[in-house]
Order: sequence, then C-alpha cells, then structure tokens
Amino acid sequence: MTDKWFEIDGLNKSFDGLQALADFSCSVREGEIVGLIGPNGAGKTTLFNAITGFITPDAGNVTFRGVELIGMPSHEIVTLGIARTFQELRLIRRMTVIENVLLAFTNQPGERLGNLFIRWRASSIKEAENHKRAISLLEEVGLAEKSHGPAEDLSYGQQKLLSLVCCLAVGANLLLLDEPVAGLAPHMIEKILLIIRNLQAQGKSVVLVEHNLEVVMQVCNHVVFMAAGKKISEGTPEEVRNDPSVIEAYLS
Amino acid sequence: MNYLLHILILINIYIVLSVSLNLLAGYTGLLSICQAAFYGVGAYATALLSLKAGWPWLGTVAFGIIISGVISVGIGTASLRFRDDYFIIATLAFQVLLYSIMQNWIDLTQGPLGVSGIPQPLILGWQVSSNGGFFLLSLFFSALTFLFVRRIVNAPYGRVLQAIREDDLFALSLGKNVAAYKVSAFVIGAMLAAIAGSVYATYITYIDPTSFTVNESIFILAIVILGGSGSVLGSLAGAVFLVVVPELLRFLGMPSSISANIRQILYGTLLVVCMMWRPQGLIGKYSFQKDGSNR
Repeated sequence: MTDKWFEIDGLNKSFDGLQALADFSCSVREGEIVGLIGPNGAGKTTLFNAITGFITPDAGNVTFRGVELIGMPSHEIVTLGIARTFQELRLIRRMTVIENVLLAFTNQPGERLGNLFIRWRASSIKEAENHKRAISLLEEVGLAEKSHGPAEDLSYGQQKLLSLVCCLAVGANLLLLDEPVAGLAPHMIEKILLIIRNLQAQGKSVVLVEHNLEVVMQVCNHVVFMAAGKKISEGTPEEVRNDPSVIEAYLS
Repeated sequence: MNYLLHILILINIYIVLSVSLNLLAGYTGLLSICQAAFYGVGAYATALLSLKAGWPWLGTVAFGIIISGVISVGIGTASLRFRDDYFIIATLAFQVLLYSIMQNWIDLTQGPLGVSGIPQPLILGWQVSSNGGFFLLSLFFSALTFLFVRRIVNAPYGRVLQAIREDDLFALSLGKNVAAYKVSAFVIGAMLAAIAGSVYATYITYIDPTSFTVNESIFILAIVILGGSGSVLGSLAGAVFLVVVPELLRFLGMPSSISANIRQILYGTLLVVCMMWRPQGLIGKYSFQKDGSNR
C-alpha cells in the first residue's frame, strides 16, 4: 500500500511540438514531503496540471490509492483527496477572507441547489460549524482578525498564506503546492514551512515545487529534479544536490 | 389609475426578467443575451395551451417553466462550451434561432400574425380580469422570483456562483463542479423568465414574435447593468427606473413617433453614462470588470 499510494507513470505531454513532459514517472508515499525542483520551463507546473485534470496528458497514468486519475474531471480528483495551489495567486479577492475559506470546504450540503429547499437546516448547521473551523484555521496562521475584511486588503504574503489555508480547508491527503514561499519574507516562509511540517505530522503528503533550494533541503524527505520534462535525478536532498547531472543541467 | 397599474404590472414583469438574468449575468458572470427567448417560450406556452388545448392558466405556467428548462439545458450546455465573449455570441445565436422559430413555424405560432384572444386566467376560482387583479398576480410572481433568487444567491450555492464569476479555475481547484453550476444557473434563469412570459401573455392577451427579439434581451441586460449586477435589489431598482423613465417622456407632450426613437437614444445614453461614472450600477457592489488577477 505504501509504495502504490500515489504513482505517476510515463506521463507525456507536448504543446505544439514542445515536449513539456517526457516519459515522466515518480511516486509519493503517505506522509512524505517531496520537493520538485528544476529550472524554469522544466514542466513542473505542467505536471501539476496533468495530475489535477486541468490538462490531459498525451500518454501515461496517474494513480492515487489505486484509482486512475487521467480522464477524470478536476472536481472529482479534488474529492478523491488531491488539492493544489497555483503559482500565480488565486483567491476570490472581492470576497472576505473567511468566505474564501468557507468556499473551500467540500462538505457543505447548501452548495447543492436542491438541498437549499429540502435540507436548508442541514445547510445552516454546517455553515455555523464550518465558520468555527475556518476561524480556527485562520487563527493558526494569524489571519483571524482580518477574517471579515476583503481578501484584496491583505498583503501579498498574507494572500499567499490564505491561499494555502484554502487548500488545507479542502481536507485533501495529498497537497500539490506550486511555489508556496516564492517572494515571501523570511518570517512568512517560517510560518508556511511550519504548516507543511504539520501536514506531514498528520500523515498527509505534500509535493512542493520550489526554486528556493534552501527551503527544499530543509523540509523535504525526497527530492525530484526535472529538466525539459524529464526526470534527471531523485533521492534524498543530499544525493540530488551532489548529483553531477543536476549540476550539469543547471549550468547548461 | 388603470394606466398607473399598467406601469406597475410591466415593472413586475421586468423584475422577474431582470432578477432571473442577474442570477446569470450578475452573480455567475455569464452575460447571456437570450433571456427574451425564454420569456417568449413562456408566453407562447401559455398562449397556445390555453387557446388550443384549453389548459388552465397555472397549468400553462408549469408547462412553460418545464419546456423552457428543457430547452435551456440544451442551449446552456452548448453555449457554455465557449468562454467569455464567445459565450455571449453563442447565446445571441440561440436568441436569433428561437426568434426565427416563433416567426416561421406558422402552424404552431401563427408567425408574424401573432396569437390573439388569449384567455384571462382563472386561478382557484379567482377570475383575473381587472388591472388590479393582474397587478396582484404579477406582484405575486415578482415577489416570488425576488425571494427565490435572493435566497439562493445568499446561500452557499450562491457563494460558489460568485466564486466562479471571479475565478473559475480557483473554484475548480477547490472541487466545485464549475460546468454543472453554470448550467444550473442558466436553467434556473430561463425557467424564471418563462413565468414572466406567461404573465405577459395572459395580461396583454395578444403576443407576436416582436416582443421577444434581441432588443428585448438587451433591454433586460440593460436593466441588470444599470440596476447593479450582482445585486437582486439593484435589478428591482433598475426595472422601476427603466420602465418609468421612458413613460415620463409621454408627459413632455412629445408625439409618439419621436418619443419612441428618443427612448432608444435614452437607453444608450444611460448605459454609457452608467459605464463611465457608476460601473457598479444604481445599487450593485461590483462592476462587470473582473478583479486584477485575470487581466
């Protein structure tokens, strides 16, 4: 079970002749933090898009707990327990901070039209419950006092933090985080790394795309290095750092 | 008095049309311009079923809602394969298509001749015939639509719709079935518009395809934008404003041939003024422009 928890096998994707993913394979174990590194244009974000159903790969398989994900619509992949963040900040800026978190919970029966008239009580009970959970999530990261202001009033770092909180609120077991600490001040980075370590403590897995190698070395158990859509090297952070082919790929 | 009631009835009908379109355009960000087509579907359902099959009015309303719902599932699913501007063009195409069906399927709709002598409704023993009666009837349905739409946009369902308007990829990444939400909002909007058609047909007792043209769709959209997209109350204010203001022209003693043209100029001017100085409309919170992230 541990070995086959999440597996990517032979993914291929090209855009107009540009090979974004070339026979890419790797796997993630339960409770593991995997760092995905590589130069710009290596295909890291494309890989996330392929896993989450935002694009369809040309060939290959992705399985999560034995379920094939390729061909499945994105929203179903989320309900299976895979959540993601985006490299560019995505939030509903004109909604309040807490509404963004409430939106992210997947268990609200009031999001179904029929339930609004048949089971409206269940909807409002759940809403009150989710409200409490949202506040406690926001308290943990220090955004609670801003919770009723619009998300656009937050600083860049706080918005980044909020998008991570939204991703947590989905309640997924595998989180794909696309550059969660890029452009952040050191104390914010600390905060986010703490959250990521906490996830691991809860037995959840994280795949982390990051350019900040220091962060990757600090937090990851396993590192995958990719370039031009191919996996060049993988292993412990130490091993990958000292792999001559990695150094070569970075220089070329 | 009768004239005043007539204006109020029209306002109620346009409240139903604009509030239902606001659900799509204002809350979900789907600028549909075929709302008048569904308005027509409701009107023809009532006209033809009550005249040719002798159905009671409420039965024709129910049928209009259902048939409009069925048609909108098809139109919605097809149009929603396109994004943004292309979606608008697709709905425009379906508006023109439904209008030509009303115009050309002579056996069913009697084409440009229209359908006349539509009976006045008998509802649970209450024969509606005076303008006062029609006012109450239209008020009932506009209040019902208003409360219904307000209820769903303030619920978690409406929160998802607004999230889709702002950033549909973000909503998708949080596990929302974006395509299904869009279609559901489209279908509800169409079903509510059919109700307005049924009320209109039985009140005016005569309908022809010219009441359900592209111009009408744009007029309904103008109400939504001027009133305030993403605000149910805004649509109400917009409907009152855009129905009443042209009527005021009558009192300026203008011949009807001129005032009819002035009306068009007035709509255009109001829209431009609105876009320039108050893009969020009379009451609305948001302009149509999305926030900075997606530009």
